Amino acid sequence: MTGSLPTRELIIQATYLVSSVFFIVGLRGLSSPEKARTGMGYAAVGMLLAIAGTLIHAEIVSYTWVFGGLLIGSVIGIVIGRPLFISVPMTAMPQWVALSHAAGAVAATLVGVNEYMILSSAGTLPAGTMAALGFEVLLGALTVTGSVMAFGKLQEILPGRPVTWPLQNVMNLALLAGALGLVAGLMLHPEHAIYFWVMLAIAASLGVLMVLPIGGADMPVVISLLNAYAGLSASAMGFALDNNLLIIVGALGGASGLLLSILMCKAMNRSFTNVIFGAFGSPVAAAAGKLADGREMRALTPEDAAVRLAYARLVVVVPGYGLAVAQAQHALRELTDLLEKRGVEVKYAIHPVAGRMPGHMNVLLAEANVPYDQLFDMEEVNGEFPRTDVALVIGANDVVNPAARTDPASPIYGMPILDVDKARSVMVLKRGKGAGFAGIENELFFDPKTFMLFGDAKASISRLVTEVKAL
Amino acid sequence: MSLTTVLQLYVFVLAGFVGYQVISRVPPLLHTPLMSAANALTGISLVGSLVAAGSNHGTLSNVLGFIAVICATVNVVGGFLITDRMLKMFKRDDRKSK
Repeated sequence: MTGSLPTRELIIQATYLVSSVFFIVGLRGLSSPEKARTGMGYAAVGMLLAIAGTLIHAEIVSYTWVFGGLLIGSVIGIVIGRPLFISVPMTAMPQWVALSHAAGAVAATLVGVNEYMILSSAGTLPAGTMAALGFEVLLGALTVTGSVMAFGKLQEILPGRPVTWPLQNVMNLALLAGALGLVAGLMLHPEHAIYFWVMLAIAASLGVLMVLPIGGADMPVVISLLNAYAGLSASAMGFALDNNLLIIVGALGGASGLLLSILMCKAMNRSFTNVIFGAFGSPVAAAAGKLADGREMRALTPEDAAVRLAYARLVVVVPGYGLAVAQAQHALRELTDLLEKRGVEVKYAIHPVAGRMPGHMNVLLAEANVPYDQLFDMEEVNGEFPRTDVALVIGANDVVNPAARTDPASPIYGMPILDVDKARSVMVLKRGKGAGFAGIENELFFDPKTFMLFGDAKASISRLVTEVKAL
Repeated sequence: MSLTTVLQLYVFVLAGFVGYQVISRVPPLLHTPLMSAANALTGISLVGSLVAAGSNHGTLSNVLGFIAVICATVNVVGGFLITDRMLKMFKRDDRKSK
């Protein structure tokens, strides 16, 4: 840090500084839907500046690989990102984000591996740099395999339910400790390449082992957590390469991922450790369609359901993952449009952890052109339920389960829920009589004011549309 | 610990703090685009990949860098495009403003 920098280096640093500001201003834009697109435009400028600044780096002597890589990467990125080429449905968004995490983390890992090989063979690897490289590769490799696993689970290539075995957590913690121990060993003896490769292998297997026991309903937390790891890995790369821009942007990504995971955990009233180590969502054996005291669910015909909806004053729609699975958001929009034309007030109640990623329901409904001022957060809408004529629950289960308030023995006890049970009547669209994703029986479905409409959500809603039109 | 490392830690902590402050203002409505945006941002590892791909440390190093550049670019380009595609869908109710 002594002496003045060469002009070229000064230009790079100046570009990086401006770039960092653009990134922060860009993220600031996400605080409102009107400014969000412009904000992301700023962030994109920041990224372009970062690339431009890097391209004049003194260490780059040949541009063949550089531009070749940029070109191929851009083409693949455009193919994935543009609906014109491959149409990725909005329901598949979580797994595509997971896949994109994996790609970024592969880059971070490879750069770390490369840097280690260069520096260790030159014999100039200070302990501090080694620690940074260690963390970069550790977090990077873990993110790669973890994201691929998350992709597999969400895409249903792998079983979505948690996979557990005895001493799982002890084993994972031991592996993590082992990997950290190897990083420490490398700081003292960077020439022991075997440490490095074993650490890399442990990190990669940890990614798999960490995601295996986590069930579908906890996926939002995992995806945000992987986001945080990818960011921290980039930051570590910044420490290793003496690059402040990497440190800053990595920290921004890390903060975002961490904050989102914390928010998701809060929304479920569960601690971080509980999500990671709890293997929530283990199947519970329960008799389908019947409670212990013998009460049964009551089914409703679509004709009756349509009448109830059409003559209501206020209908609050509670969407859940089932809506996304059935791809029923467009049909739902059609139904609510019809109801609004008849003078029914329609609101959407969005639970923070409905779906498989943070804010999943918001994007899904936005895709169906539902205006965002009709979407309400849990705190905003809960007071409305007592004056709600029909609460229309579509493919949601645990987020409306009153057991979270009343039954201390329930695994979801304490989780804030949408107070659907306070509505004057409840209509539940559900695929079958089985318990929800978490395998917990839902008392709400047996409430005397609750009526069930069984079947595929899309088919049921389309049927309701026809019936409402016929009225 | 060198002065550079100390300064880097300053930068890291302050950037993390700024990030936390800025991001806690993002409404739940935009949490998915936020996640996707943060994903695009972590593609910043492209910066390190570019140097590795173009530096003079042997072919293996360049090939590793080359693959890293491809992956990071996919992350960046794909991330920004997907975020924009999502944000485009968020609309106000036009009927009310008319």
